[in-house]
Amino acid sequence: MRTAVGVLLTALMLFPVYWMINVSLTPLSDMRKAPSLIPVHPTTEGYEQVLREQMPYLGTSLLVALGTVVLTLALAAPAAYSLAKLRPAGRRALGFVLLVAQMIPGIIMALGFYGVYVKLGVTNTVWGLVLADSTIAVPFAVLILTSFMASVPDEVLQAATIDGAGPWRSFVSVVLPASRNGVVTAALFSFLWAWSDFLFAATLDSGGRLQPLTLGIYRYIGNNNQEWNSIMATAVVASVPATVLIVVAQRYVAAGVTSGAVKD
Amino acid sequence: MRARLAGWAFLVPLVAYLVGCYAYPLFTNVDLSIRGYTVRSFVHGGAPLVGFANYAGVFGDPTFRTALVNTVLFTLVSLFFQYTIGLAAALFFARGFRLSATLRALFLVPWLLPLIVSASTWAWLLNSESGLVNAALKVVGLGPVNWLTSPDWSLVSVTIANIWIGIPFNLVVLYSGLQNIPREVHEASALDGASGWQTFWHVTFPLLRPVSAITLLLGLVYTLKVFDVIWIMTKGGPSGSSTTLATWSYELGFGNMLPRFGPSAAVGNVLILIAVVAGLLYIRLQRRQELA
Repeated sequence: MRTAVGVLLTALMLFPVYWMINVSLTPLSDMRKAPSLIPVHPTTEGYEQVLREQMPYLGTSLLVALGTVVLTLALAAPAAYSLAKLRPAGRRALGFVLLVAQMIPGIIMALGFYGVYVKLGVTNTVWGLVLADSTIAVPFAVLILTSFMASVPDEVLQAATIDGAGPWRSFVSVVLPASRNGVVTAALFSFLWAWSDFLFAATLDSGGRLQPLTLGIYRYIGNNNQEWNSIMATAVVASVPATVLIVVAQRYVAAGVTSGAVKD
Repeated sequence: MRARLAGWAFLVPLVAYLVGCYAYPLFTNVDLSIRGYTVRSFVHGGAPLVGFANYAGVFGDPTFRTALVNTVLFTLVSLFFQYTIGLAAALFFARGFRLSATLRALFLVPWLLPLIVSASTWAWLLNSESGLVNAALKVVGLGPVNWLTSPDWSLVSVTIANIWIGIPFNLVVLYSGLQNIPREVHEASALDGASGWQTFWHVTFPLLRPVSAITLLLGLVYTLKVFDVIWIMTKGGPSGSSTTLATWSYELGFGNMLPRFGPSAAVGNVLILIAVVAGLLYIRLQRRQELA
């Protein structure tokens, strides 16, 4: 009985997602008629248009998201190791700065970055977008990696030190492998946030040669607001990473959501 | 000593990054807000200092009042429904039943979708002529509503979409809070003959208060900065009826052919002040709970 109610509620919650898929399969000729709950004349014309027009955007999104993951982990993992295990003075202050950093509204960062990038002449570059996108993920990544690395027992590290391992060796061959769940969670979220970013892309890369998929969709909406099957087909494609995450990495996702808010 | 040096060495990249990618843009933002920039001086430099003129201009602008009221309404209404629906769903899933873990995971989907995807899907659902919502209204004999193009409804529409996006976060956090309440508490309450509703109101809800407070404050911080959803659905319009501080700041700086970076930065700095106050409250609360 509860299962039936649960399925019903979930269906209700996910209805907009279903609607997106439904519209993506609807032929243009049916678009202005009364909407039908199922695609009566399913067509792939929307997806064909995506393949024709959106591939460069898709590639850029992938590049930006992967670049953001690499940059975020490279910055966050060593710092988290230090905060969790080497415990230098001033770490509480740094933790506080990171918490506050997460709360700064994106629009403010975007305007600030725009000012800086115009001054340096680096607007409309992919790496500039990667750098800006990483600001969404780095504070979160440091905080979550710190909590994962803190749970590596100190005795293991002491044993490594006795065997002659320096801090770098301990980091690379003991702490990092032991906290790989944290690394995966941090990587997943940085990927997802960079992939989904619209604000930084719109402000810093809207005239760029390589633009991400979010701008591709935005331009679609702006230019040809008739072809909603193509718009929704692009949206479906843009939703693939999130869906894959839910299917293959559910527990990391839940870990990521709660670790920010609730201490176990 | 060596360990301490190593400790700092591992932090150097992060600290350099925080200075370059947080402090510097934020400083630039403050600088923008106290100078009289034009497009020309933005590129070539040499904008004169104008002190608080941009702020005075922003506070005197009638849009400021609208944006502030809209921000407050958007935030409070979003939080109320996200929290109550999220809590109801968490209580429902907390009982545990066949498929409950899978369904709970599926509930997360709206939260993980790119905002442009959710926003454009809602925009099409709410489309005046071809949207499903108006078609459904017609079936039950009601007239169409101009969800996105009428000044009376635009704020309602973007709030609805934002509530939908925020429910999963509330669900997950409140669910994990419920899991941390010992089972015996509920059993004892049931033994005392309390009804389900009584148990919730006098036992579960009070025990959940710390988690609720954290969820709401974090939700407040997140909702204040919502930009994508509103901008993609209505661009803050029509005629400013769904403008918040975040979209107004963007509109001033990037929305027109003639950017006004000074006022845009000034609005942004007002927003950051509100967000940081909420953020500090959150941090204080969390620290206190860690100590408790």
